[in-house]
Amino acid sequence: MSSETATMTVANAPSHRASRIDRFLMQGGIVITFLVVAVVATALIEPRFLNRLNLLNVMRNFALLLIPSLAQMLVMTAGGFDLSVGAVVAATSVVTAAVMLVGSGYFPGMELVVILASLVIALGVGALVGLVNAGLVATFSLSPFMVTLAMMSVLMGIALYFTQGIPIYGVADSFIANVGRGQFLGLPIVLWIGLAVLAACIVMQRFTSLGRHIYAVGSDQRSARLSGVSTGRTLLVAYMLAGLLAALTGFLMTSRLGSGQSTIGGTLALETIAAAVIGGVSLRGGVGRAELVALAALFLSVIANAMNLVQVDSKYQTLVLGAVLIISLAIERLLLRKRQS
Amino acid sequence: MLEVTGFTKRFRGVAALDNVDFSLNEGEVHALLGENGAGKSTLINLIAGTFPWAEGVYRINGRTITSLTPHVAQEIGIAAVFQEFSLVPDLTVVENIFLGREQSSGLFLKRKQMRQAAVELLDSLGFHLPLDENVAFLSRAQKQMVEIAKALRMSPKVLILDEPTASLTDGEAEKLFNAVALLKARGVGIIYVSHRMSEIRNLSDRVTVLRGGKKIGTVVTAEISDEGLIEMMVGRPVEQLFPKIEHKPGPVRLEVRDLTTEKRSVIGASFTARAGEVVGLAGLVGCGRSELCRAVFGLEVVETGAIMLDDKAVERPTPTSMLAANVCYFPADRGSEGLALARSARENATMSSLDLPELSSGPVLKFWRENETIKTPLANLALRPMAPERKASAFSGGNQQKLMLARGLMKPFEVYLFDEPTVGIDVGAKADVYNLIKSLVEAGACVVVSTSELPELINLASRVYVMHEGKVVAELAKHELSEAQVLSHYFGGHA
Ligand SMILES: Nc1ncnc2c1ncn2[C@@H]1O[C@H](COP(=O)(O)OP(=O)(O)OP(=O)(O)O)[C@@H](O)[C@H]1O
Ligand SMILES: [Mg+2]
Repeated sequence: MSSETATMTVANAPSHRASRIDRFLMQGGIVITFLVVAVVATALIEPRFLNRLNLLNVMRNFALLLIPSLAQMLVMTAGGFDLSVGAVVAATSVVTAAVMLVGSGYFPGMELVVILASLVIALGVGALVGLVNAGLVATFSLSPFMVTLAMMSVLMGIALYFTQGIPIYGVADSFIANVGRGQFLGLPIVLWIGLAVLAACIVMQRFTSLGRHIYAVGSDQRSARLSGVSTGRTLLVAYMLAGLLAALTGFLMTSRLGSGQSTIGGTLALETIAAAVIGGVSLRGGVGRAELVALAALFLSVIANAMNLVQVDSKYQTLVLGAVLIISLAIERLLLRKRQS
Repeated sequence: MLEVTGFTKRFRGVAALDNVDFSLNEGEVHALLGENGAGKSTLINLIAGTFPWAEGVYRINGRTITSLTPHVAQEIGIAAVFQEFSLVPDLTVVENIFLGREQSSGLFLKRKQMRQAAVELLDSLGFHLPLDENVAFLSRAQKQMVEIAKALRMSPKVLILDEPTASLTDGEAEKLFNAVALLKARGVGIIYVSHRMSEIRNLSDRVTVLRGGKKIGTVVTAEISDEGLIEMMVGRPVEQLFPKIEHKPGPVRLEVRDLTTEKRSVIGASFTARAGEVVGLAGLVGCGRSELCRAVFGLEVVETGAIMLDDKAVERPTPTSMLAANVCYFPADRGSEGLALARSARENATMSSLDLPELSSGPVLKFWRENETIKTPLANLALRPMAPERKASAFSGGNQQKLMLARGLMKPFEVYLFDEPTVGIDVGAKADVYNLIKSLVEAGACVVVSTSELPELINLASRVYVMHEGKVVAELAKHELSEAQVLSHYFGGHA
């Protein structure tokens, strides 16, 4: 009997001969390499990249891409898509500014209260959008792609209707100074907020049953349900968290821009999906890690900054973004395939 | 303790289960028997809360239940090993075992404890599995073991086993039977589905026979013969299960020389197979016989060695080139390698033969000929229900297996590689498959069968190669074939 079990152990265990390079490539080595190459190349071509002010700028942009990319990652690992992130950012930016404008009339001199109120209301809007998205996806088993596409259209319509495309000013000065432009220990406040969100996502994915359930639902919904996972609730939480993060982005964006704008976030759906996919999130769900998505978001922010520094026309920037997306995915796939065969 | 009465379930108006009564006592093993598509899995899925029942009353421990989800079923203490598994490919073995039942303190998972518990559980079952491997990378047998361990993660009161041994070898199955006996002694009620008569005989106290969604009867196992059960099941007396095959070995069709795969699942294996004979590949699950077939068909990377067809070496085999060379392969894992589950039975059957002149000219499909062409192969296999437009996923497990087989019968091949051809199909259909193999061989084809069912090999094969840890350790001729002989080579040594 003992010899039998021994032989079966050998037969069962697949050969674990992955080299160190393999493991490096599998666990985000490719993204890290992209990032290092992008940083070094930009610094060489354009020394202004390393200016303190420019670096602070990159960090702010990074944080404002990171948070919605994590939102995208949550939904994608649960087997869906969220095309409405950009629209939620725009809508909540408008909501934040509008609440501040109206609120400061009612409560003059109580800026902090007004700012917090606008945050709470913006987050409420984000959560509500997530709730509706998830509700439609889960109850009617509609395609997440179509549901969030429609949601995007509706939200943009509402935001444009209310603002007529004109920015809403009257945002509290202390809000702009302390949040959008504020610093703590020499780094932008928004970066700290982004890193806090990242840390929360990492912990959630690795150490909580919610994280486990999101992976399971994205990987195989039927099996997850049969295993006793409440798939509807898991989807709901994933989409609502995504809505909350998008709303947080809208709130921070308002503080950064100094006004509420219904026209921002137009390319955010593309950018966040790009960051997620370059960071290794599977389009089929079930796979993806927050820390790698963060690296990919940083990579994209560096490239965007480089293009601004060398004054690439903004019209061409989306073209470059698309090319970067395709090229990096192709390289990633090629390397992995070479390693596997 | 568990009792259902008048259970009915319809799929798009068609009754898959029709007014069925079933009961289970504490400490009882109650077997479900029936042909493919009889409704066994459907009954089990209703009991486990996978989908709602249309009519009927469900009582457990005297409590009447009006609706059930898998989550609630588990709270009540009903655990199930599903025929099509309930595993998530992108999570590891440990994560799957505790999926939906994670242990946490506050917000955070107790990862160490769960791992430890998984180790203890698998040890107690005697299963050896790579704990931190994603389930996607496991073989079907290993997945089966994970699925079993998962059902036992919390002490269940009712345990449902839907063909749990379909892809296990005798050694592993034995361990499962020990676990079943232990649970039974503890008062757990067990519902057991299997197409293997010997298991039903050895394990069960009562048997309920289903046919066409209706209950035929419930009998005490000890009071009925195998023949009696089979007659209840198919509705007519049984014929002979294994046909007598006339082997007329001709020239060597397929020869494998010193083949080693890159993953070392096969090491220096050689064998020959002639036209007009059935060659068997025997051995434990994981011994490399599946991988050997896969390598021949170009699905495993070959490191060294040669594959020869009619004495010509095949460079870099791929499934496309092997099909073109008239070699056909039937995988064991119909879900992940075989069927396009979302497509119709018809499309699945014709998938690899669309280039036949009967079915296309150039790029244009002769779709009007398709139904005509698939009729005979599907009828030969007795597909149930005979509904070619139905999605593959809507067929019962055994009928999905038949669809896989039908694919290889669309056009005449010269070499057939079968990997576990009768996994999960009923006695009647098994006889159909054996007859099919007989007609192929007698028409001059070369057939290689890799299987864990020893009686199959002994009755069908003219020669058997036994594999152990990737190597071919013995070749047995027809007159040397007996269960004891083959088994003695299973562990590499000589008895
Ligand atoms: N999702 C579905 N949609 C439509 N029909 C279905 C579905 N699932 C099962 N059926 C039908 O219900 C009937 C009973 O199937 P079931 O899976 O219960 O059979 P079974 O007795 O378990 O057979 P097997 O031995 O092949 O596993 C079959 O005719 C099958 O085609
Ligand atoms: Mg079944």
